Amino acid sequence: MESTQETRAKWKYLDTILSRRGPFTDPEWTPGAPQIDILSTAKILGAGGLGCELLKNLALSGFKDIHVIDMDTIDVSNLNRQFLFRQADVGKYKAEVAARFVEKRVKGVKITPYCGKIQDKDEEYYMQFAMVICGLDSIEARRWINATLVGMVDENNPDSMKPLVDGGTEGFKGHARVVIPTMTSCIECQLDMHAPRAAVPLCTLATIPRQPQHCIEWAHLIAWEEERKDITLDNDDPEHITWLYQKALKRAEEFNIPGVTYSMTQGVVKNIIPAIASTNAIIAASCCNEAFKLLTNSNPFLGFPGTGNYMMYTGDESVYTYTFEHLQRSDCPVCSQENLARPLQVDPTITLQEFLDGLAERPESQLKKPSIRTEEKSLYYQFPPDLEKQTRPNLTKKLLEIVSDGEEVAITDPAFPLQFKYKMIFK
Amino acid sequence: MATHTHKKRKVEPIQYQMAADLPAPVQGPTAKEKKYDRQLRLWGATGQTALENSHVLLINSGSGAVGVETLKNLILPGIGDFTIQESTVVTEEHLGVNFFLEEEDVGRYRAERTCALLNELNPDVRGHAITEPIETFLSSPDALKPYTLILVTAPIRPEHLSKIAAHAASALVPLFYIHSVGYYSHFSLQLPPVYPIVDTHPSPESTTDLRLLRPWPELLQFAEAQTQGLESMAADDHGHIPYIAIILHFLEVWKKEHDGQAPRNYKEKSAFRDMVSAAARRDTPEGGEENFDEAVAAVLKSLNPPEPSSAVKELFKEPECKDVKRESASFWIIANAVAHFYAKHGVIPVPGSVPDMKARSADYIELQNIYKMKARNDVAKVLQSVRDLEQSLQRETKIEEKDVEAFCKNAAHIRLVRGRPIHVVQAGQTIQWGDRAKALAQSVTFEDSLLPLHIAFLAYDSFTSSHGNDGFAWSTDPKSDNQEMSVIANKILDDLIQEAGITVEEEEDSSVKRTLGFHVHELCRAGGGELINIASLTAGLVSQEAIKVITEQYIPVDNTCLFDGVRSKTEVVRV
Repeated sequence: MESTQETRAKWKYLDTILSRRGPFTDPEWTPGAPQIDILSTAKILGAGGLGCELLKNLALSGFKDIHVIDMDTIDVSNLNRQFLFRQADVGKYKAEVAARFVEKRVKGVKITPYCGKIQDKDEEYYMQFAMVICGLDSIEARRWINATLVGMVDENNPDSMKPLVDGGTEGFKGHARVVIPTMTSCIECQLDMHAPRAAVPLCTLATIPRQPQHCIEWAHLIAWEEERKDITLDNDDPEHITWLYQKALKRAEEFNIPGVTYSMTQGVVKNIIPAIASTNAIIAASCCNEAFKLLTNSNPFLGFPGTGNYMMYTGDESVYTYTFEHLQRSDCPVCSQENLARPLQVDPTITLQEFLDGLAERPESQLKKPSIRTEEKSLYYQFPPDLEKQTRPNLTKKLLEIVSDGEEVAITDPAFPLQFKYKMIFK
Repeated sequence: MATHTHKKRKVEPIQYQMAADLPAPVQGPTAKEKKYDRQLRLWGATGQTALENSHVLLINSGSGAVGVETLKNLILPGIGDFTIQESTVVTEEHLGVNFFLEEEDVGRYRAERTCALLNELNPDVRGHAITEPIETFLSSPDALKPYTLILVTAPIRPEHLSKIAAHAASALVPLFYIHSVGYYSHFSLQLPPVYPIVDTHPSPESTTDLRLLRPWPELLQFAEAQTQGLESMAADDHGHIPYIAIILHFLEVWKKEHDGQAPRNYKEKSAFRDMVSAAARRDTPEGGEENFDEAVAAVLKSLNPPEPSSAVKELFKEPECKDVKRESASFWIIANAVAHFYAKHGVIPVPGSVPDMKARSADYIELQNIYKMKARNDVAKVLQSVRDLEQSLQRETKIEEKDVEAFCKNAAHIRLVRGRPIHVVQAGQTIQWGDRAKALAQSVTFEDSLLPLHIAFLAYDSFTSSHGNDGFAWSTDPKSDNQEMSVIANKILDDLIQEAGITVEEEEDSSVKRTLGFHVHELCRAGGGELINIASLTAGLVSQEAIKVITEQYIPVDNTCLFDGVRSKTEVVRV
């Protein structure tokens, strides 16, 4: 370790702010050494697609011990925004390359990469960090880390409260939010703000396509199954995409539908979301700004109960932010102390299978592999195989045959370390 | 398919810009298309070409982060060239806030070192460094000529900023003036006095313009054919009538019962909606019909007379639109032709797109073609006016047909930004707010307004310009800086209110001055330095706006954007 005196010269600007009171700092706040010390001792975890920006910002915010998790390898399409990667890095692990780059550039920072999934790690691992900052690209991973961090809270151990800062982008839009587990609204409380996209019925794809996207989905979901069943579709294999593109193009010609292109085929099949350097920079910086304020208390931060905890950003028409407080939900299956069952409007005449399929799309649930039971009986279990077999006949039964109006059900999903309680309200 | 278990599958509702710009590639995408795939889906090949033809100049200063981070966000998506001008020599404290500097760089020219490290980001971009001091750099008459966009970071001497702003105004080059100080930031964008945008990328929901109250014969014939024998129609046919035909059919029914009038107000529209809803069949396995649901949902928003937005009507009234000349920009010639079309027909050209709806393939395609044909006919009429104008004005080059087409397609969403000169603060001189004085003086007292922050930044400029040539004269005790800057800020506020000629109640006045005092205090607290997060966020905003003005797509900030990193809020004001 270098001595503190040698290294502080380059942190002149940072130290100036940390050593002076501002008009909004708490009167109890002590400027100077205590805050500077926090920066050098706190362990921070960053995860996901905003990684390059996060690491740069955290390192230059004076943090010394940063960990990074990312399961992805570098793709050529990352190079338009993930600025720590070069053409020669394509195929290497992102976490590894990014960590080495930032360590080399910013002397004195230690960055520990882990190339894998956040779900590979347990509570003991997450317990070592002062906070977690993530820019994950799936809602599932966000819900998992949220449920894990909220689940770790132990009232008798203030150290078990790990703030979560979350950012996400899509084209010119994005958000940054702060969760203080059990104190503020959590990601599960806010789930309906990230409603899944409207979907097209399979029968439209099969019989009455109207849009070029319908022809592509037909090639993807139906033609491939029929003609190339034995080959596993690889979204990154140009031969596979070309095959789908040509199939879709042919079908579009049959129906006189204009507009199928290779690029659109790739976009639909891989569910590509546009991503640009500028929005990444804005959202990652906002996350790091909140993290920095939270740890140093050098200004009020998002997530302080009673103030804003969510910043929405839109940049396609001028510049617009909406910063507000999203309130905790008393029926949140993750963070509510009361753990009330969330009411769910259902049509009692649909089958259990239809109900379970619907859970994947409902904004308030978004569960893909649900198992379900009432207080008395198991209705359907995905695992283990014996129980699956035993409960399978229920799938074709109508809801009204197996649950009553107002009855509570518990649903679990292997993607999440908790159970969701719903109250079935018949329409 | 017999089953009604609507297994669903996500389909991207993204606007695929590339489809229009590029021929369908047979061999798959090129290396460049692969690298830029995620952004080409937003601004397309034409936007990308515009980026590649740009040359961005950064006149850097201060602790140096916000400008360099902005360049990073422009180099990654692939501008053509960038140049960094500054004579600063790297000191140790620059390392703490600049990612594009290394320890060994201390003592060397910052322009050269940041340029070298930025150059590694994208082999398609060429970087240049100018280490000549700004005084001599600007003294050469053609110094700023090569650049298509200029970024200036504060602090800068007012006489230099004036010179740059004057060049930008006369050469019609966009200029950004940027502050990033501690937890606060600001940028102003100086655009040419006439800055029209055709390709504004409105949200897909807002672009639907079906003209159901002004149908043309082909559309009416289609609706009639689709709804013939409606009541006795077979279930499968009934469930596949496109909703546009359903609405048009019931509009005819309604008109017969209402003296030929379509529903005019909310009450009538609701009654009409009930009429459509009642015609849906309930004896289906789903207990309803999707196409009728779509029709019911569309009634309120599609039964409006096709009035262009007030922004478009304003555009038609602009002097440049009414009085076209031989040397007028193509935009105004087309605008004049479209205004002529509007005067004659009472509507603007049909955009021609049809949203997806429950329908059989062939019927939907037929409907799509009816709208496309109408749009094409409208374009042809506008094009004819354009050609007539070209002839009568004796213009040498013909306007391209695709430009007329793009204008007609986006006519309802076209924007005109009237660029304004940025404020250059000269210590001791009163700031002139002109025609904005009144509106700004009235809004400065609004709770949560960030206009006081803008005033604090003006005071900051006045303060730095009166403290030595390099602008760095921060005392070790922030209190004295604070007091001095507060006096300046309060005067700027008083001058604004005076120029506006309004009276502000004493209570409000002291409340704004308290806010102003807080902002000044927070600015002084930074001692002239940047925080990486604020610099990086601001650089994201500036680069985003730079991309908009380079590609001439999307709607840029008009004209000043403030960011408050304490409360995590932005605000855009026109000053």
